[in-house]
Amino acid sequence: MNKDIIATIKKNVIQGRKTQEDVGIDDNLARTPGVVELVQQALESNISPQVIITEGLTAGMQVVGEKFSTKEYFIPDMLASAEAVGAAMDIMRPVLESANVETKGKFAIATVKGDIHDIGKNIVAILLKGAGYEVHDLGVDVPTEKVVEIIRKETPDFLGLSALLTTTMVVMGEVIEALKENGLRDKVKVLIGGAAVSDEYAQEIGADAYCVDGFHAIKVLDAFQEAKA
Amino acid sequence: MPRKGILVDKPYERLTREQVELIHQASMQILTDPGLIIFNREAVDILHSHGAAVESIPGDHQSWQVKIPEQVVLSAMNSAPKTVKLGARNPDNTLIMHGDEPRVYLITGSETNIWLDVDFPTYVSKTDSTKEIRVPEFKPRRGTVDDLCQSAHVCEHLEMVDGYIRTVNIQDRDITEDNKDVNKFFASLNNNTKHFMSGLTSLEQLDNVVRMAELIAGGKKALEDNPIISFITCLVKSPLQFVDDTTGTFIEVCRRGLPIVVSSSPQAGTTAPIKEAGIMAQINAEVLAGITLGQLVKPGTPVLYGSVPVRARMDTLGDSYGSVETSQYNIDCVQMARFYRLPNYSTSGVCDSKIPGQQSSIERLFSDIVVTMSGPQFLHCAFGLLDCNSVFCLLQAVLDDAHFKMIEFFLRQPRIAQPELEAMLKQIREAVATPQKLYIGYIRPLLRSGEISGLYPFEGNGEADDVFEFAYERMKKLLARPVEHIDQETTARIFEEIPGILPRLNIYERER
Repeated sequence: MNKDIIATIKKNVIQGRKTQEDVGIDDNLARTPGVVELVQQALESNISPQVIITEGLTAGMQVVGEKFSTKEYFIPDMLASAEAVGAAMDIMRPVLESANVETKGKFAIATVKGDIHDIGKNIVAILLKGAGYEVHDLGVDVPTEKVVEIIRKETPDFLGLSALLTTTMVVMGEVIEALKENGLRDKVKVLIGGAAVSDEYAQEIGADAYCVDGFHAIKVLDAFQEAKA
Repeated sequence: MPRKGILVDKPYERLTREQVELIHQASMQILTDPGLIIFNREAVDILHSHGAAVESIPGDHQSWQVKIPEQVVLSAMNSAPKTVKLGARNPDNTLIMHGDEPRVYLITGSETNIWLDVDFPTYVSKTDSTKEIRVPEFKPRRGTVDDLCQSAHVCEHLEMVDGYIRTVNIQDRDITEDNKDVNKFFASLNNNTKHFMSGLTSLEQLDNVVRMAELIAGGKKALEDNPIISFITCLVKSPLQFVDDTTGTFIEVCRRGLPIVVSSSPQAGTTAPIKEAGIMAQINAEVLAGITLGQLVKPGTPVLYGSVPVRARMDTLGDSYGSVETSQYNIDCVQMARFYRLPNYSTSGVCDSKIPGQQSSIERLFSDIVVTMSGPQFLHCAFGLLDCNSVFCLLQAVLDDAHFKMIEFFLRQPRIAQPELEAMLKQIREAVATPQKLYIGYIRPLLRSGEISGLYPFEGNGEADDVFEFAYERMKKLLARPVEHIDQETTARIFEEIPGILPRLNIYERER
């Protein structure tokens, strides 16, 4: 029974079905419970959150990643699966907290001051949440002082900065300088992304990494985790 | 169910109605002054008996000046069918062409002498021996009957190919003028279940190839109902001449009631005026004269208005199929055929480039897009052809198929209707109300429905240009897929009744 629920969760993650309203890819699953309903059922059946995460959600995302790399899946498929996993994580958060299970880390993300472009940032946020990170999206056109304030108060492990424009990418450097001035630079890893920036630019302003896209960001974060371990 | 082709919603037209009528009137005048020079006695007699004025021209070759009155042309045009059916071994591959419906069927061909093989040798950088690249190399050679089988086989599986004209001239040592027709018909029909159109090398072989088609279709009546083969004859030699032998072939095919293309291919600048008005008036007169002759031979003969106009290259005075004007002339001809409500045989995709590459892609895509948009019913779109129809490359045919898939998608009719708009308004309101304000979630139900065009199918990874290698892989996969050959019993009867077919083409004997 437990194995069945976990296998069904994994299957629905692969299908990208967050709730029973979602169509997924396989027509046969129409109106059957999605990841959210199934995770609820699993928790009610006293299945451990770790099993749900590792054997259901993460195992499902593993398959999705493989399908993406072979071009069977596209970004909308990845996002649907990541959203389903993200919603499942929201349901499980109280259980995880009471069991003192840590998430993979806190990730604050923002589009810098003067820039209102957020498609890339939003996609990265969805994918990271689906990958098991606790994501705090600060929004667009975020003043440098506000970013510093969040780092001080909420102590995220990672900060993602996004900028589309050549005129606003310089603000990323200003944020890093402000973190230094406030003695916070070594408290948080700073990742940058966006059409205007590059690996060279990340090094120039002293960021910890440049990420081409959300998938790359997950790999970079995993590498940080491994280095830390 | 016939093949669906590409139905062009609003065909692109260059000429106004007034310009079309002016060309028509000019063509009528041409047919009476100067008229045609005809080298075939029988054609002259037929036209004369229906009211054409005939005058013998002195010279070494027997020829006649023939002036065809407008009334004779118009009357003949009335008897030409406005809908032509081209059948197929597989009835699902039938082509139904209405002269007034811009539904485009894409056809291969035509015959080339050279077959282009492809190889991918590896080169190492002189300055850095760790750097290697694979570069496509193209090797030309004379075409063979095996090549024709391979071409027919791959074209059977190319999704956008609606019908087959042989792409390569068979030049094996054991192929002669006498057995070429039966072998090219059998090799093509045995490896492809789509409609097959061809010219004839020898009139003596006409009855043999028709008999072969009857055996495959299931008898004489069955072939009439399902004409799996049709013919193309270049009876016209521009300017305004009917050649003796091909005119004779044309008359004989018409007598047998099988579909036929009256094709004219004047070259603007040499065998037709370089000005658009001039070449259009002339080619229209030439094609109408051919159609008139065909209808006088046998009223109701299914006929296509065949136009292959081309501009001359200024550096060599050879054909320049890649020139922009060539596409303009072709589009004008589509419009003229539509004026007469006759199905049109048009041309696109022929290029000046000698090998696949950027020039080839640009030249062929330009004409493929614009001529398809004009809505000819039978578009001979030169799948795989290079160097002005003298070279065929199977790899290029695979690329062309992918490009036509894109053209087909582009020509889909827009879906702007009230229910669709209401659904979109709902979607916009929903998405705007979310924190992320993205519509990506709505893509998914459409992702595998065919409503969203795909990535370029031969796209490489990163910056690598692997188009040719991917296309080559696809070509090999298509060759590995089986085709539905003619059944064993029919094959045995064909080999029994039709002389001259090479024994190695009998797959059932080969398998023994």
